[in-house]
Amino acid sequence: MPALLDVQHLTVELPTSRGWVRPVHDVSLRIAAGETLGLVGESGSGKTMLSLALMGLLPQGAKIRGEAWLNASASAASKNLVALRENDWRAVRGGEIGMVFQEPMTSLNPVMRVGKQVAEAIRAHDPHASRADLQRRTLKALRRASVPEPETRAEQFPHQLSGGLRQRVMISMALAAGPKLLIADEPTTALDVTVQKQVLALLAELRRAMQLGMLFITHDLGVVAQVADRVAVMYTGRVVEHGPVREVLTRPQHPYTKGLLAASPTLERGKFLPIPGIVPQLTDLPPGCAFAPRCPWRRVECDAAVPELRAVNADHSARCVLVGEAVQAGHEACR
Amino acid sequence: MTDQEALLQATELCKRYQRGGGAFAARGARNTFAAVDRVSLRIAAGETFAIVGESGCGKTTLARMLLRLIEPDSGKIIFAGRELTALSSAELRRARRHLQMVFQDPYASLNPRMRVSQIVAEPLEIHEPALSRAERQERALAMLRRVGLNDEFATRYPHEFSGGQRQRIGIARALILRPRLVVADEPVSALDVSVGAQMLALLRELQQEFGLTYLLISHSLPVVAQVATRIAVMRAGAFVEVGDAEQVLRQPQHAYTKELLAAVPELPQVTA
Ligand SMILES: Nc1ncnc2c1ncn2[C@@H]1O[C@H](COP(=O)(O)OP(=O)(O)OP(=O)(O)O)[C@@H](O)[C@H]1O
Ligand SMILES: Nc1ncnc2c1ncn2[C@@H]1O[C@H](COP(=O)(O)OP(=O)(O)O)[C@@H](O)[C@H]1O
Ligand code: SF4
Ligand SMILES: [Mg+2]
Ligand SMILES: [Mg+2]
Repeated sequence: MPALLDVQHLTVELPTSRGWVRPVHDVSLRIAAGETLGLVGESGSGKTMLSLALMGLLPQGAKIRGEAWLNASASAASKNLVALRENDWRAVRGGEIGMVFQEPMTSLNPVMRVGKQVAEAIRAHDPHASRADLQRRTLKALRRASVPEPETRAEQFPHQLSGGLRQRVMISMALAAGPKLLIADEPTTALDVTVQKQVLALLAELRRAMQLGMLFITHDLGVVAQVADRVAVMYTGRVVEHGPVREVLTRPQHPYTKGLLAASPTLERGKFLPIPGIVPQLTDLPPGCAFAPRCPWRRVECDAAVPELRAVNADHSARCVLVGEAVQAGHEACR
Repeated sequence: MTDQEALLQATELCKRYQRGGGAFAARGARNTFAAVDRVSLRIAAGETFAIVGESGCGKTTLARMLLRLIEPDSGKIIFAGRELTALSSAELRRARRHLQMVFQDPYASLNPRMRVSQIVAEPLEIHEPALSRAERQERALAMLRRVGLNDEFATRYPHEFSGGQRQRIGIARALILRPRLVVADEPVSALDVSVGAQMLALLRELQQEFGLTYLLISHSLPVVAQVATRIAVMRAGAFVEVGDAEQVLRQPQHAYTKELLAAVPELPQVTA
């Protein structure tokens, strides 16, 4: 099956007062129709920059290289998002790619009724829709996102809705024009866990019903375990591990992935183990493996050059010199 | 010290606020709601008492009342045998050295115009005026070292630090007076997983070393599960369940506790 989204060697460069940095560095990913790719990494690892690059919303002055092929329908030719002009983006953004952000309050217009905002999202991609048609489709979009009493809610303003309902409205807007790909950047991070659970269930159901491909960004490994088919772990702009979600989470190969798993608090008492040290600044990356200063398995060759992504098996790879070695410093001596 | 001796005891604390806030909110009792509704608690010396609940349930309001940073509408607070709610403001100021707070937002809670060593030394100026400047500085540097920040950081300003480092500065400042009780309101929720774990480990070490009692406030059951000895589950201003941490996590009694536990996304076990 051709990928819905096929990103190849994508690099984003940004100017800073201390020189150019690469918040996204040689990233390659694929998402098939109906598939969810989880993108995890700590603050500053480049998750948001990657999603902004895929929506043509990079900040002024950013440079972008590589390819990102979107194959939104069988009939239309696939297009390289990296080469799109602003005019072409209008049809893609919101039309072929829907997006949901962390903070629904800042992405919704506070002084416009919710229903009108959904209607605008539909009209942006179907300017000739009649008023009656728009109204019908607005209610349908709200209903599809499980907004209760859509007729009443449509008449309200964003501040009259709870965080969870606002996020449902955002989802209904993102999906209003029938995109095939949804990019969701930390869509549940600001929500309480009980509400998060409902929103994740909604996304799972919509994905099934609409054969949506989804790029789901989060820093929460538990959330990724629940929503994603595959996962990519980012560190300082690069993908350091990539594979089927269960395999990566139960048999992590990169020391950073292992560290993140060990540091993630669970309901088990007192079992967390912190990763020592801090994430290096993008302006001050080590010459070799960016994780080396924090890595318990570091050795001389780690500092020589940035390790390549090495295949663990056909679908699983990790950017670490230890991959493929039979003995991992005693840690995985017996498999 | 025995279990029976409570370091902090609160009885029937209440705080009402105007509903909706805002300039147009109508006045009168009908338009108020109980942000904290008759909460009682006992915290024994040396324990980590955690309050867990979803946003807006009243955790921060309760914590600030316990330190009398907000005045309760009614209720009584006894700290180390003294009734906090009966102290004059001068007496309260003196008592405060034993009750310190670590805040959620390491970005907002530090004075941006002060050097880090000054920030940490400042409480000493107020509470230990007999110390010389050099002594204060030396105590601040020692505390900063203890939380993992070496001397080269001491002359810098807060904006030059990462979130985790700022949280360490906040902890150093809270501990410089050797308080008995530390109230930590969402101390890791603004931090990344790896940094948050470092912070929890540091808090645990410092507890051992300085014999601290913690009141830990968090919306996250997994965070609370790591360090709490007892857990209170809060909803809509009231505690719905209080118990031994192990008990609350393994055999929750209240339906709401069960609901919260069930909503936590599970991580599969690492096998290799
Ligand atoms: N406009 C900008 N100019 C220069 N650097 C930037 C700009 N915006 C972001 N960065 C840097 O790019 C890197 C990646 O940022 P990004 O927002 O993608 O991180 P993220 O993984 O989404 O983090 P978070 O989990 O905090 O959302 C960071 O080092 C950040 O400081
Ligand atoms: N100064 C205030 N005036 C009016 N309402 C307030 C004030 N402070 C908090 N509240 C309200 O009281 C409730 C509890 O708030 P808070 O204690 O901050 O909750 P939590 O810390 O559990 O998220 C919320 O509904 C909040 O909006
Ligand atoms: S390449 Fe070396 S330093 Fe980097 S993660 Fe692997 S073992 Fe550690
Ligand atoms: Mg982000
Ligand atoms: Mg709070």
